Amino acid sequence: MNELLHSSLSGAQQPILQVERMSRFYGERVGCQAVSFKLWPGEILGVVGESGSGKSTLLRCLAALDQPTQGDILFSEQGEWLNIPALSEPKRRALMRRAWGIVHQNPRDGLRMGVSAGGNIGERLMDAGERNYAQIRRVASEWLARVEIDPDRIDDLPRHFSGGMQQRLQIARVLVSEPRLVFMDEPTGGLDVSVQAKLLDLLRALVRDMGIAAVIVTHDLAVARLLTDRLMVMKDGFVIEQGLTDQVLDDPQHAYTQLLTSAVLV
Amino acid sequence: MTQVQTITGADPHYNYGYLDEQTKRMVRRALLKAVAIPGYQVPFGSREMPLARGWGTGGIQITAALIGPSDCLKVIDQGADDTTNAVSIRQFFARVTGGRTTEKVDEATIIQTRHRIPEKPLREDQILVYQVPQPEPLRKLEPSEVETRNMHAWEEYGLMQVRLYEDIARFGHVATTYAYPVMVNERYIASPTPIPKFDNPKMDMMPALQLFGAGREKRVYAIPPYTRVRSLDFEDHPFTVQTWDKPCELCGSRLSYLDEVIVDDQGSRLFVCSDTDYCEEQRQANASEGAGA
Amino acid sequence: MYVAVKGGEAAINATHALIAQERRGDPATPELQTRQIREQMKLAIARVMNEGSLYDEDLAALALKQSQGDSVEAAFLMRAYRTTLPRFGSSRAVDTATMAIRRRISATYKDLPGGQVLGPTYDYTHRLFDFALEEEGAAVAPQQAQEPLAASMPRVPDILGAEGLMEAETAPVGDPAPVDITRDPAEFPADRDMRLQMLSRGDEGFLLGLAYSVQRGFGGNHPFAGEIRMGEVSVLYTPEELGFEIDIGDITLTECQMINQFKGSQEAPPQFTRGYGFAFGHSERKAMSMAIVDRALKGRELGEGDKYPAQQEEFVLYHCDMIEASGFVEHLKLPHYVDFQGELELVRKIRQEQVERKQREQAQELA
Repeated sequence: MNELLHSSLSGAQQPILQVERMSRFYGERVGCQAVSFKLWPGEILGVVGESGSGKSTLLRCLAALDQPTQGDILFSEQGEWLNIPALSEPKRRALMRRAWGIVHQNPRDGLRMGVSAGGNIGERLMDAGERNYAQIRRVASEWLARVEIDPDRIDDLPRHFSGGMQQRLQIARVLVSEPRLVFMDEPTGGLDVSVQAKLLDLLRALVRDMGIAAVIVTHDLAVARLLTDRLMVMKDGFVIEQGLTDQVLDDPQHAYTQLLTSAVLV
Repeated sequence: MTQVQTITGADPHYNYGYLDEQTKRMVRRALLKAVAIPGYQVPFGSREMPLARGWGTGGIQITAALIGPSDCLKVIDQGADDTTNAVSIRQFFARVTGGRTTEKVDEATIIQTRHRIPEKPLREDQILVYQVPQPEPLRKLEPSEVETRNMHAWEEYGLMQVRLYEDIARFGHVATTYAYPVMVNERYIASPTPIPKFDNPKMDMMPALQLFGAGREKRVYAIPPYTRVRSLDFEDHPFTVQTWDKPCELCGSRLSYLDEVIVDDQGSRLFVCSDTDYCEEQRQANASEGAGA
Repeated sequence: MYVAVKGGEAAINATHALIAQERRGDPATPELQTRQIREQMKLAIARVMNEGSLYDEDLAALALKQSQGDSVEAAFLMRAYRTTLPRFGSSRAVDTATMAIRRRISATYKDLPGGQVLGPTYDYTHRLFDFALEEEGAAVAPQQAQEPLAASMPRVPDILGAEGLMEAETAPVGDPAPVDITRDPAEFPADRDMRLQMLSRGDEGFLLGLAYSVQRGFGGNHPFAGEIRMGEVSVLYTPEELGFEIDIGDITLTECQMINQFKGSQEAPPQFTRGYGFAFGHSERKAMSMAIVDRALKGRELGEGDKYPAQQEEFVLYHCDMIEASGFVEHLKLPHYVDFQGELELVRKIRQEQVERKQREQAQELA
């Protein structure tokens, strides 16, 4: 892997995330095993594989929703490396609120369905201590516009939104606090093909504009092609190939990757 | 240990104050912990009392653990000494201590209250004991005790602020008029109990010790004297208290919390002070002024 | 001229006189004796002892007389009294295997060592009124059996356990003393000792409803009644002054063990799982319901999820105590007018503001 290429891509020297030989076992069963990679600021890393490949397990461990059995997950915070699994619960939660975001496949998992759109977006601001109501509404309206939801719907409940709108609302809710690292699990899963394309465009633009680093799990190679800079291919819990997205998809080295890419028209 | 049982008037079948001395010690230890961490809910081994859960057993256990022969007890409910529950509790303590009780806030050393703070400012030598139905201010937002305990531990109070935001978005006002949540000592969000929000400002920097007992939920908490207590709000939607167009029909006060009374079949209404002792004092002051004039 | 209402104290004292009168009923009828209640209402006595958390048949009888038969009110009297009793210590855990059996049945075996002892039960009666009971009648003397009951009546789950087929009840690591919910506040998540204590004094009706929901599919599968036994056990206690164990008396207990679907994994061989129910006096419905709910609450440890109410620990344990539940529900009768005043005022204000806003909008449209 060409590290010089990376730093020139992102314009920064230091990675934001370093994962070293991370594994998650469930008794005898392997969730994921010996995963190692680095992620630079502004970079979008895709994780692809079939269901059962371990990609969701990997994401859950990275996002601190689950505890790895072995290995380190190092996050760069103000010039220091924090080992995420070793952090105390309060510190981990504070980090999750401040520096990260998680976009769930099903927006209902990432939204408060009984709270208005404005309240959903404003929550992270209020968590961080924002106490001006007008300001919260202003920021929420701006973000609704930015994710292409009519700002007049700021007081509507998410249950009255379409699936695509709910997903965009979730994205706004996550990005409003300007996290440095975002995890996404099948962000376009379950949406109509036409809606998917719009959402992917939006995601790509937002992530680029804000210089966010992101890890995106998907089974859909078209999504990977459109959204990610680098790609990791997983099978049976292992990372069997990683590299620049275009290279992996156009010139796959591993037999399984060849099988994957040949099965889909990308 | 036995000397208190010879006090005249106390029912000899029970220990002084009904609870045994070990239990009182347990309650006091819990209270000390509560005072050391203002606003934090301390679990305690709440006992069944001869009055029903939900009817003030938490407050009663605190009073029973603190009360002594030199104390003078006032009990109010909805601000009045003469309401059924206040009478019942006062009778209970008279029976198990043989001690002094009063309706005058000035004379009391311990004031047990349900849903009001007395209008007259309290002194450093007084203790205000609140009866608490639901000690957890986050309970309506989160039914699980395990979750709310975590939220307090990690100071994750964003959800509470979101609730206020939602009210303002929907109604233009915060739709909470009683049990309005407060931030104690800038660390813990606490329930002030179902006192009207009108009473919240009295809690801030109060010279008296404020103790809160929830018997059924088995928690105590405390606000030490001169502690900052702030009602949650937004900068541009600040906390406000209720006002009335008319004064008290009986004493003319424009400063106190007024109860609405329906006086005829047409639904005509008038307003009178909820704090009966305060109202009485105002009326006597009016009478002596009138006599002097 | 409005005059503030006074006289609450006198009114309250009058209510006490009124209930005393209600309780006595028609003075021409002979007054109920507490020993009549104790002897002839044993099942009500059992319920009051269970939910009052105190084994004393005489006190329970008095409680029922004083409360005119309202079992929640009676249990309340027991609980409040319990608070005043000094604690000397703990007895040895009672051994129900040595119970002097009066009834013992199993639905999982046709026959078993000791046999199916039907004992006193309403199970096989026809629910037809026996109008002879309206008058006093002669005492009934059942015929004595040829032989005494078997000396050894092993518990069914122990029979299965000997074969390794029943999950063992193992003490937690270090075998710590069980929590005492009458002394210390409950903490969640709850361990099994706390769950069993809270269930044992939980309301029979509430637990029955939850058990029924489990059987109908809200969180569980059809259990089998492994064994229900009722009879007397000795209570053994070592007073400090004596330093040796003495038998301080017998109490009547009902015990139920439910047998549930087997669990197993790749490594662990399948075993039956159990639910445990326990009650003072003859209380089968309570013991059975408790056993079913106990098993449902094991769902968390067995990885079965908590989608349904009977599986949700906080829901079940917080709400099964009838003393707390009735207190809080009935406290709604207390004055709440100060808070209601706040609500009234707010509703009026918001409605007024909406009216004014509509008027302004209409004025603007016309302009």
